[in-house]
Amino acid sequence: MAAGATSGGSATTDTYKEARTWLLLPSWVTLSILVLAPVIMMLIYSFLTKEFRGGVIWEFSLSAYDQFFFDRGLFGDEPPKLEWTYISIFWRSIWQAGVATLLSLAIGFPTAYFIATRSEEMRPVWVFLITIPYWVNLLIRTVSMKFLLRDQGPLNDFLINIGLIDSPLHIVNTNFAVQLGLFYSYLPFMVLPIYAAVERYNFSLSEAAADLYASKLTTLRRVVLPAIKPGVIAGCILVFVPSMGSFLAPDLLGGAKNFMIGSLIEEQFKGNAGNWPFGAAASMILLSMVLIILMFSARQQAKADKAEG
Amino acid sequence: MRHLGEAKLAENKQIAIDVRDAVKRYGDFTALKTISLSIMDNEFFTLLGPSGCGKTTLLRMIAGFEAVTEGAIYLFGDEIANLPPNKRPVNTVFQNYALFPHMTILDNVAFGLEMRGKSKSEARTKAGEMLELVQLSQFSARKPSQLSGGQQQRVALARALAPQPKVLLLDEPLSALDLKLRKAMQLELKHLQRETGITFIFVTHDQEEALTMSDRIAVMSAGEMQQLGSPTDIYERPHNMFVADFIGETNLLEVSVDAINNGRAVCHLGGGHELTCNAVEGVDIGSKVHMSIRPERLFMSENPAETESLKGRIKENIFVGTDITTIVDLQDGPDFVVRTSNSDRGNKRIFEPGTEMYVNMELGAGRLLAD
Ligand SMILES: Nc1ncnc2c1ncn2[C@@H]1O[C@H](COP(=O)(O)OP(=O)(O)O)[C@@H](O)[C@H]1O
Ligand SMILES: [Mg+2]
Repeated sequence: MAAGATSGGSATTDTYKEARTWLLLPSWVTLSILVLAPVIMMLIYSFLTKEFRGGVIWEFSLSAYDQFFFDRGLFGDEPPKLEWTYISIFWRSIWQAGVATLLSLAIGFPTAYFIATRSEEMRPVWVFLITIPYWVNLLIRTVSMKFLLRDQGPLNDFLINIGLIDSPLHIVNTNFAVQLGLFYSYLPFMVLPIYAAVERYNFSLSEAAADLYASKLTTLRRVVLPAIKPGVIAGCILVFVPSMGSFLAPDLLGGAKNFMIGSLIEEQFKGNAGNWPFGAAASMILLSMVLIILMFSARQQAKADKAEG
Repeated sequence: MRHLGEAKLAENKQIAIDVRDAVKRYGDFTALKTISLSIMDNEFFTLLGPSGCGKTTLLRMIAGFEAVTEGAIYLFGDEIANLPPNKRPVNTVFQNYALFPHMTILDNVAFGLEMRGKSKSEARTKAGEMLELVQLSQFSARKPSQLSGGQQQRVALARALAPQPKVLLLDEPLSALDLKLRKAMQLELKHLQRETGITFIFVTHDQEEALTMSDRIAVMSAGEMQQLGSPTDIYERPHNMFVADFIGETNLLEVSVDAINNGRAVCHLGGGHELTCNAVEGVDIGSKVHMSIRPERLFMSENPAETESLKGRIKENIFVGTDITTIVDLQDGPDFVVRTSNSDRGNKRIFEPGTEMYVNMELGAGRLLAD
């Protein structure tokens, strides 16, 4: 009797396993087609030889990576030196995306907190209001931003009219303009995960902290933040990662001097001047960088959790 | 009718919490209607009432989580109604415990001590002692989610007691525990209160719990205080229908008062039955009021007893472990519930259903209620 029950139990488990495999199949197919396949294609292309009018010749070559990291002189016959052009573009991308993420956090956190602490009927209204501007195409939003920020634009007019400044601030074509553009492009990706985390937060914990003599600031730091940290981290990743590879904001707001990695990649696939293997190699390097940063932050997170526990 | 409160005052004890004419309104809704009460230092004080009567609201006003709409609250003579919660030397054991999920048990208990300016190591040492007091030392490195409900409850208690508050507020702290654990915790709480000497204000909707644990009880209903007194006071001398009905089991009889002589009221129940009991202030001749008689104050016999007796017939006997509950049908009158303790079976009789017999009581057993 007992043996029968046991084998019956394991049979059920097997059935579940099988069912699970089949039920998960669509996700696997989607992921393979939409994520794995493009990445593999890009990986292959990055090791091919470039065709001069765009496209590739199916011949193995390391020249794309070589071009990215090394300078062999104008004719390619000098001993290789480290090439700083692309590395510095990379560095700038990380920096710009980092600043944009901090800006989003500074504005997005209070916004999310505000929305999550409204009444239950008002919360969806606020979320809706926050997302409305994002129904407009990103390109149009970025161009409008350039219009707003330019020397004779409404922002400078306003500041001059109220007498805060005498001559227009040059904002367009600076790093700051790019940071603002990135910040504005991805703000909802910061607000929404933090909002979700704060909404789930049990506010009686804040009451308990206040009851135990904690000030508002201490309560935020010691009780609220640790509880909603996953939402904050998700928001930062969701803003940082697309900012790194973005090309609209740097192109339109940053001008030629403030080139970012996204623009570099975009150039390689546009028109006849492009270099597909080089673009693919730069994409692979960007992807690896992002993965390394994510893994690093996940490791730190795990370590911090362990130290606390 | 606050004579007991005033008697305690005369013992020269300090008033820990003084609530004076406190009103709480949410918009048009009045959650508390002019509550006044004085809670003595060292007292185990209970707010008792059905769900929604305003117990939590009153407790949260004392803790500082709800503003007082009107009136004042004093803590050892200092007006505190306008202080934020983190400035009030009062701690709360929350109904859902509200333990910090990302901190260890030890850090949870140390939190309040740290906030009061103790160094981290000092706070932890003290927190360790508190955990010992509630017998949870071996769990100090765990997270709250790794403890059972009863253990979490004790952590919440240790956390709230650790900073040595002047008053401890407990909002239905035992309601989520099963019966056995609840009984054990009732004793432990009572014990802790004696040991620490801290004033406890305990909220419950469980009248039995309130009777077991409290020095004094405030019975509340619909935002109003119905009666304030010791457990015996409230059980044996309820002021009104609500209190008599809410506390314990009782026979509530509609009676009309025929005569009052020498402090005795002669009352008429339906069907020509007559009962005499002690007269009560506010109940005059001719008034139609209710009388409360506790089932355990009644006993049955074949012949009428020398005290108050009513003729009736046994309807049903129900065995409930420690007692037998008998339902008696009075001829042309109301039904009576009689409780006979099983330990009393030698002295008291149980009759078969259908038997005619007499229900008897002492003279003072009936209590007139001034509704
Ligand atoms: N924030 C609030 N807004 C409106 N009404 C409230 C609020 N808090 C409590 N109440 C109402 O006040 C009354 C008393 O509630 P509460 O003090 O929680 O009762 P108890 O703790 O005795 O069950 C209830 O009718 C409740 O609905
Ligand atoms: Mg309550």
